[in-house]
Amino acid sequence: MATLQTKSAARLMMAPAVIALLIWMIVPLSMTLYFSTLNYNLFNPAQTPFIGLTNYRFFLTDPAFFTALTNTLKLVAGVLAITVTGGILLALLLDQDFYGVNIVRLLVIAPFFVMPTVAALVWKNMMMNPVYGTIGQFLNWIGIGAIDWFSAYPLTSIVIIVAWQWLPFATLILLTALQSLSEDQKEAAEMDGAGPVSVFWHITLPHMARAITVVILIQTIFLLSIFAEIYVTTSGGPGLQTTNLTYLVYSQALLQFDVGGASAGGIVAVVLANIVAFFLVRIIGKNLDA
Amino acid sequence: MARAVSTRRKITMTIIGWSIGLLIFFPVMWTILTSFKSELDAIATPPKWFFFNWTLENYQTVHARSDYFRFMMNSVYLAVGSTALGLLFAIPAAWAMAFSPTKRTKDILLWMLSTKMLPAVGVLIPIYLMFRNWGLLDSHVGLIVVLFLINLPIMVWMLYTYFKEIPGEILEAARMDGASLTKEIVYVLTPMSVPGIASTVLLCIILAWNEAFWTLNLTTSNAAPLTAFIASYSSPQGNFYAKLSAASTLAIAPILILGWFSQKQLVRGLTFGAVK
Repeated sequence: MATLQTKSAARLMMAPAVIALLIWMIVPLSMTLYFSTLNYNLFNPAQTPFIGLTNYRFFLTDPAFFTALTNTLKLVAGVLAITVTGGILLALLLDQDFYGVNIVRLLVIAPFFVMPTVAALVWKNMMMNPVYGTIGQFLNWIGIGAIDWFSAYPLTSIVIIVAWQWLPFATLILLTALQSLSEDQKEAAEMDGAGPVSVFWHITLPHMARAITVVILIQTIFLLSIFAEIYVTTSGGPGLQTTNLTYLVYSQALLQFDVGGASAGGIVAVVLANIVAFFLVRIIGKNLDA
Repeated sequence: MARAVSTRRKITMTIIGWSIGLLIFFPVMWTILTSFKSELDAIATPPKWFFFNWTLENYQTVHARSDYFRFMMNSVYLAVGSTALGLLFAIPAAWAMAFSPTKRTKDILLWMLSTKMLPAVGVLIPIYLMFRNWGLLDSHVGLIVVLFLINLPIMVWMLYTYFKEIPGEILEAARMDGASLTKEIVYVLTPMSVPGIASTVLLCIILAWNEAFWTLNLTTSNAAPLTAFIASYSSPQGNFYAKLSAASTLAIAPILILGWFSQKQLVRGLTFGAVK
C-alpha cells in the first residue's frame, strides 16, 4: 500500500539512475546524429559545413559498407549456428548424471570469463598458427596437414574464436531451461513408447524454444558489436575480409578522422541493433510481471 | 524423481563428458601450461605436455618488461570503481521499482534495458571527442563513468529481480512498528538483499574487467587496464608464446575464479529474467 509519501520517495530514488541513463542515451546519440549531417574531418575541425544526408549516401554506397555488412551478418550467423547447436548438445550432456559433472560444467563455462583480447591472441598464435599452433600440429600428426587459418579463412577464424567465447553462455542458459523440464512428462512419453530422439524432438526442444530465442536475440546484440577480437588479430584485414560494421566505423572515425562519415555509419549500426532489440524487448516485456 | 542409471551408461557418459569438457577448456589449460615453459619448449614439435622444465621466468619477464602490476591495478580500479558507483545509483532505483511499483515501472525497466542494446559504435565519436576536449582520455575517472553507465541497466535489472523476491509484508511490518524509510533500508532491506547485491557485484566486476571496446579506444597507457595490456602483444617479436601465456594467465585467473563462483547468477543477470 504505497502512500503518497513513499511514492514521491520512490520517484526520487529512481531519478538518479533514470537521469544518468537518459543523458547517456540522448546526448551522445543526438550528437552522432548531428555529426552525421556535417562534413566534419578532424584534420580540418574549423570548417564543418552542413551537408544533409550526403554522408549517408557516401557510407551506404561505399563498397566497404556492403562488405562490412555482409561480414557482420556472416559473423553473427556463423557464431549463432555454432553456439546454438553446440549449446543444445552441451546442455543435454551436462543434464546427464555422470562422475564429475560439476567439474566438467566449470570447464565448459570457463571460456566466457576469458577476456576477448586474451582469447583472440591465444587462439591466433597458440592454436591456429600453422607452424607452432596446436591445431596445426595435430592436423599434421593425423596426416591432413596444417592450415594457415588466418590467411586462408580469416573470417572463419574469427567466427571460431568468438563462438568459443559464447558457447558457455548458450550452454548455461539452455541448461537452465532444460533443468526446469519435469521428468514426469518425459517419463510419460517414454512409457507411451517414445524413443529418446522422439522425446527430444517433441518434448525437450519445444520446451527450450523460448530459451533458444532469448539466446539468439541476446547474442545477436553482442555479436553485432564484436570489436576487440578483430582489433588484435587482423585489424579488419586482409583487405576488408574481416571488417565488420563496428570495425568500419571505428577505422573511419579514429584512423581516418572522418567524423561525419563515421557518424552516419554509427547511426546505421544503431538502426540495425534496434531491429533486433525490438523483438527482444517484447519477449522480455511479456515475461515481466511488474 | 531421479531415474536409475546403469553403471555402464554412466561410465560411457563420464568418458564422453570429460573429453568434451577438456576439449573446450583446452586453450585455457594450454595457456596456463605454456606460461611455465621456456620459449623453446613452448614451440616444441611435438608439443611438450607436462614433462618440461617448469619455470617462473616468464612471470618475472612480463612484470619487469611492462610493469604488469600497474595494468592490473588499473583493471581493479575500473572494475571496482564502476561497480561501486553503479550500486549507488542502482540500489535505490531497483528498490523503488520493486516495492513501490507504478504503472510505468515496467516501461522504465524495459527502456533501461534498451539502452544496453545501443551499439557502442553509435556513440563512440561524441564520447571520444568530449573526452578529448575535457582531458578525460586515458583517465580513470572517464572510463569508470563509461563502464558504470554500460553496466547500470544490468545492475538495476538484477537487483530488481532479487528485491522482488523479498516479501513486502516484512517491510510493512517494519513500517507499522514505526521504522523510518532510512531505517527500513538499513536494518530490514539491506541484510535480506545482501546475497542478491553480492551476485550483482560479482557479475558487474566480471563484465567491467573483460570490457574491451571502450578500454581499448579510450586509453593509451596511464589508465590502460589488462585488456589493453594484452592487446600490446598483438604485434609479436621473436619467440613470445610463453610470455604471452604468462601475461594471459595473470589477466584471466582472478576473473575465472570469480566467474566459477557466480555461474548461477550469470544466467539471471545476462538474460534479464527472461529465462528462469
